[in-house]
Amino acid sequence: MNVPILQMRGITKTFPGVKALQDVTLDVNRGEVHAICGENGAGKSTLMKVLSGVYAHNTFDGDILFENEPCNFSSISDSEKRGIVIIHQELALSPYLSIAENIYLGNELSRNGWVDWRKTNLEAAKLLARVGLSENPVTPIQHISVGKQQLVEIAKALSKEVKLLILDEPTAALNDEDSDHLLDLILHLKGQGVTSIIISHKLNEIRKVADAVTIIRDGKSIETLRLDQGQITQERIIRGMVGRDLESLYPDRTPVIGEEVLRIEDWTVQHPQDHSRLVVNNASLNVCKGEVVGLAGLMGAGRTELAMSVFGRTYGRTVSGKVYKYGEEINTSTVSDAIKHGIAYATEDRKHYGLNLIEDIKRNISMAALNKLAKGGWVDGNQETTVANQYRKSMNIKAPSVAAITGKLSGGNQQKVVLSKWMFSDPDVLILDEPTRGIDVGAKFEIYTIIADLAAAGKAVIVISSELPELLGICDRIYTLSAGHITGEVPIADATQESLMHFMTQEKE
Amino acid sequence: MSALRESLGFLTSRLRQVGIFVALILIVILFQVLTDGILLQPQNVTNLVVQNSYILILAIGMVMVIIAGHIDLSVGSVAGFIGAVAGVMMVHWGWAWWIAIPACLLVGALVGAWQGYWIAYVGIPAFIVTLAGMLIFRGLTLITLKNQQITPFPDELRALGGGFLPDITGGTSVLEWLTVILGVGGTAAILFQAIKERRVRRRFNLENEPMAWFAVKNGFIAVLMLIITLLLASYRGTPVVLIVLAVLVIVYSALMNNSIFGRHIYAIGGNLHAAELSGIKTKRVTFRLFVNMGILGALAGLVFAARLNSAQPAGGTGFELDAIAAAFIGGAAVQGGIGTVAGAMIGGLIMGVLNNGMSILGLGTDYQQLIKGLVLLLAVAFDIFNKNRVGGTSKIAKAFSIRTKPPVTGGPTAVKDNASGQPAPVSSGTSAKP
Repeated sequence: MNVPILQMRGITKTFPGVKALQDVTLDVNRGEVHAICGENGAGKSTLMKVLSGVYAHNTFDGDILFENEPCNFSSISDSEKRGIVIIHQELALSPYLSIAENIYLGNELSRNGWVDWRKTNLEAAKLLARVGLSENPVTPIQHISVGKQQLVEIAKALSKEVKLLILDEPTAALNDEDSDHLLDLILHLKGQGVTSIIISHKLNEIRKVADAVTIIRDGKSIETLRLDQGQITQERIIRGMVGRDLESLYPDRTPVIGEEVLRIEDWTVQHPQDHSRLVVNNASLNVCKGEVVGLAGLMGAGRTELAMSVFGRTYGRTVSGKVYKYGEEINTSTVSDAIKHGIAYATEDRKHYGLNLIEDIKRNISMAALNKLAKGGWVDGNQETTVANQYRKSMNIKAPSVAAITGKLSGGNQQKVVLSKWMFSDPDVLILDEPTRGIDVGAKFEIYTIIADLAAAGKAVIVISSELPELLGICDRIYTLSAGHITGEVPIADATQESLMHFMTQEKE
Repeated sequence: MSALRESLGFLTSRLRQVGIFVALILIVILFQVLTDGILLQPQNVTNLVVQNSYILILAIGMVMVIIAGHIDLSVGSVAGFIGAVAGVMMVHWGWAWWIAIPACLLVGALVGAWQGYWIAYVGIPAFIVTLAGMLIFRGLTLITLKNQQITPFPDELRALGGGFLPDITGGTSVLEWLTVILGVGGTAAILFQAIKERRVRRRFNLENEPMAWFAVKNGFIAVLMLIITLLLASYRGTPVVLIVLAVLVIVYSALMNNSIFGRHIYAIGGNLHAAELSGIKTKRVTFRLFVNMGILGALAGLVFAARLNSAQPAGGTGFELDAIAAAFIGGAAVQGGIGTVAGAMIGGLIMGVLNNGMSILGLGTDYQQLIKGLVLLLAVAFDIFNKNRVGGTSKIAKAFSIRTKPPVTGGPTAVKDNASGQPAPVSSGTSAKP
């Protein structure tokens, strides 16, 4: 039974300034479902990109043996020729083409250079039957649900005579019913001899399908747990995922917590496309003056969606629920309303949603509160520069001057510009989404210090983060989200990584 | 040596701005030689100004639209339509100029509001809406004119197209003194402003241009202005439309740099999502932008009709292309977020000098179009090659092995393994980029 199909040895992948993978080992046996677990940013997807040839063989160190033969892939098509197919989290389907056309996209069934439509649709129908999807192969992709689209991806993989199927968070975008169906299909394919690697956060899923679990943490492979040795338990996986050294430093602070500033009640948000999914489900939370509240949750738990839907309805199609500030209900249905009510939201994706990268520092800082610098519609440029210089000094933004283009700054300094922008809007509540993502350790400490100072100045701060030690290091209270539900509210004194992870992976009935 | 190196480094880092400036000078010199000095004869310089004024007026509005990441293909038809409306109002109905001109600008604003509504609030890409507008307003022009030209216009309107400021010495002196006063005064004002700006930048510890470049650039601008002044003064003085244009350039430059409206335009073009998440009412800004374009289109139409002394069914045909070309040659970025009114003016002048010079040489419109097309293509290609924008070192700077800026290591974005699943802000539907 235990015949290795894939052996990855000593995989090390470096990006400028970061070691994404360090001496990673992965052994997958033929015919098993092998799960890969780890926190966001641990390096799981990078490892799969190395395996599937997204990163060419000369851009990383280490050896890959597939069916006992070395692999030197330069592109995805090389790995597909050997029967390794990866299905990414973001589905790679063309919405206007039919199911059959998508299945054979780039791989068309043809005769003398002309597409053989009869064969295409016939073969597609056979593949759809294999994945248990009863749809007409000529139906356009956009007319079927995301769950079914996921099955089409698998059918597409089967058309390439897949031996090793890699699924990157396949159920992250699916509702429960579709998830169950997908997991059943993976088990069914296993019966037909297809080996699968599945990346997932959801521990109950892993317990359901996995024969082995490899845990990745901070770019290193920690251990491989095997079902036949009775090692796959929730506690064991959680310990492996979070068990890092708590060396990183956080600033000391003595919280002075005052009255409640913001309260969100019964907040429910639907997915903008798929109305059957509730991305945020009846969530209630509050935050007080001088308090730092954490929002913990795994990928897809609905943290960002919760924050953005509160901040000017910038996410989700229909929203129900109420927002109170100092006990009075407020309207935050547009961003400018939210800002007027003293709410600020610093996005997790500063390059796409936070900064105007082709503009300079001072104009980015003034962007959200330009009216504070203006009289009768005209901006006082000198005052703007003065303000920007103050922030540059107090936030320690490292740049030649405030006229420097933000696109040329490092991640940490960009983040400081984003924070300056929101501090200048003078909010009472700051929602910081992944404030230290993509930032080096030294700058992280500076960001933590800024957060502590904000709280000390009487602001109410909500921090969304995937890094549990970070939340434990800076928060006074932590909410956990799982599949859109608030599953726990933990005072910092009772919070441990294990207890939080327990709530974060909990499924609510 | 280090000063030279600094200057060189600065020039390569601003290759685009410097390049366009140098290009204009080279083109002027080229045609001055090729036309045996006709190009810079007083009468021709006056012609050059008047002939290009309506394109330059359109280019002001166009560069703003392009900075916001949109495009407007309808401006030529709108200019023609307003010319027709002016003809009906002033010639057929006999309205006085001081009623008809504001009324025409109002019609322009309504035209802009019509297009702005579809673009900003319905979310149809500007390319489509203004392509439709190009047809719609050309059609309305023909309907309004019943396919016949309307002529002649009253003298007051004609002054806008071909008139000159009065000669305060009564035409007795060789030089027209009011023009000299305006020209010298304007030059002094520009120099004063430049020096003040430099002082302010120094006070706030912002990088300044190297002194040598600052001196050369402003010295050159001053000399250029004085030469033009001299040339105009020795012909018939200052064209009225030049004053209109100068006021527009000053007002709109200030608007784009120092008003909330202008800042929001740059913010939307630079990053629409970030602008939305900063509380900018992006739809309202887009709407106003097109209203503004409509008003400027109307003004250009009035100037054009005034110059021809008639409202023509085909009036304004092709203006949109010249205005768009002016904005792009002047350094506006195709992706939006970058561009200046001053740049668009230089771009417009390059097109104008090319037009004028080639006409003097007797080149047919066939070759004129060919050459203008190539110039536009090269100017934008230069931008792409020299992508001295976010994160990149200029290729040309690299060729000179000069570091324009210390390299900055980008954030280690590569480690994140959860790229998707993040919600996108509700799109305003105004993100269409041509």
